[in-house]
Amino acid sequence: MSLRDFGPNELMFLLLATRWTILLALIAFAGGGLCGLLVAALRVAPARPLRWIAAGYIQFFMGTPILIQLFMAYYGASLLGYRPDPWFAAALTFCLNGGAFFGEIFRGAIEAIPKGQWEAATALGFRFVRTLRLVIVPQAVRLMLPPTVGFMVQIVKTTSVASLIGLTELARAATQVNTVTFQPVMVFGTVSLIYFALCWPLSLYAGHLERRFAAGTTRKVEKPLVMSAA
Amino acid sequence: MQTTLQFGPILAHLDRLLQGLGETVLLSLASILFGTLIGMLGAVGRAFGPRWLSWLIAAYVELIRNTPLLIQLYFVFFSLPLLGFKLDSNTAAIVALSIHLGAYATEILRAGIEAIPEGQIEAAKALGLSRYRIIRHVVLVPAARAVYPSLSAQFILQIMGTSIVGAIAAEELTAIANNLVMQTFRSFEVYIVIAVIYFVLVQAASLLFAGIGKLMFRWKT
Repeated sequence: MSLRDFGPNELMFLLLATRWTILLALIAFAGGGLCGLLVAALRVAPARPLRWIAAGYIQFFMGTPILIQLFMAYYGASLLGYRPDPWFAAALTFCLNGGAFFGEIFRGAIEAIPKGQWEAATALGFRFVRTLRLVIVPQAVRLMLPPTVGFMVQIVKTTSVASLIGLTELARAATQVNTVTFQPVMVFGTVSLIYFALCWPLSLYAGHLERRFAAGTTRKVEKPLVMSAA
Repeated sequence: MQTTLQFGPILAHLDRLLQGLGETVLLSLASILFGTLIGMLGAVGRAFGPRWLSWLIAAYVELIRNTPLLIQLYFVFFSLPLLGFKLDSNTAAIVALSIHLGAYATEILRAGIEAIPEGQIEAAKALGLSRYRIIRHVVLVPAARAVYPSLSAQFILQIMGTSIVGAIAAEELTAIANNLVMQTFRSFEVYIVIAVIYFVLVQAASLLFAGIGKLMFRWKT
């Protein structure tokens, strides 16, 4: 027997928990984006050791599961003498992890900019950071945009993993509601719809950007003009 | 306050770590196999099926790709028993992981199929190949070859994705790690060891997938 039925109160509980999912996703997006800019800059830096450091960073964060990274941040705090805090661990992990993925996205876009642009900037006496900031990045933004929006979908979905270190967001709220109502189809169906409502618009927008960008760079074969009835 | 890292107590449980690794590999292999199968059927159904089927597959892909794996896992684990399917944790995990990968594989293979020039299929028809042989040899295999890099990247993500199935009490590497934490109280060290194991597993899998790709798609274009 269930203790309660899934009603408006439970729905409200889930919707309120969605705040924390959105907040964590925004932190991850902002922090990960900034981190990613740094990682991408290091990845294309002239000094080889800097490139190695960035490559190692990316290898670690892309080559191990985010759940393990979360646990490491969570328990690492107590190792340093701090009280483990799920929010701190989650925010830190998502920023650093996002930094690796954004770093790769940004690097891809930066490397797609023709080499002549770098050479022209050098000829004008620009150093590395100025070239990147004033010449390369402004042109690369167009290329970065579609995968960045696509990765935002990934971020929103991945925040659910933070529930496993005890952070109360949508996924954890769902298991709590499921425990008292035991109506899993209803509970997880509703939660799926909430996640879908968050992610789908972003997915559609990413697809739209991709198509719009593709239209700008690939030459389309002009359809023969239809003869208007003369 | 403890500031020194001690790995001794963890490495004493090496047998359990290896057992966990085995479970993770098994979950990954099974779900990659079933997921790819779903993906092939899905992509062919989307490209060549009737409109209603194509629409249905599109809905499946969008629904799975826009919701978290963790929720899919909970849904399968808690809902299927109500429908009369008694599943143990690991079976439920394989079902959920396969359905998850199936959506991504469908989308990736569909992109490959769409890139096949129409003329190839027309040429195959002109040569009198049966519909099955056209789909298999002229569409699916070249499409799989074209998108194999994306597909294997997705497989790698799938291996790392298995780390969360401990949430439904399934046995695998991360779940073993959580048990070891409770036994040894060496939490940070445990996760360092686990991170290293995953890292090695992922690198090995990348090499393996690259090798398989080379073997399977040997011919020149």
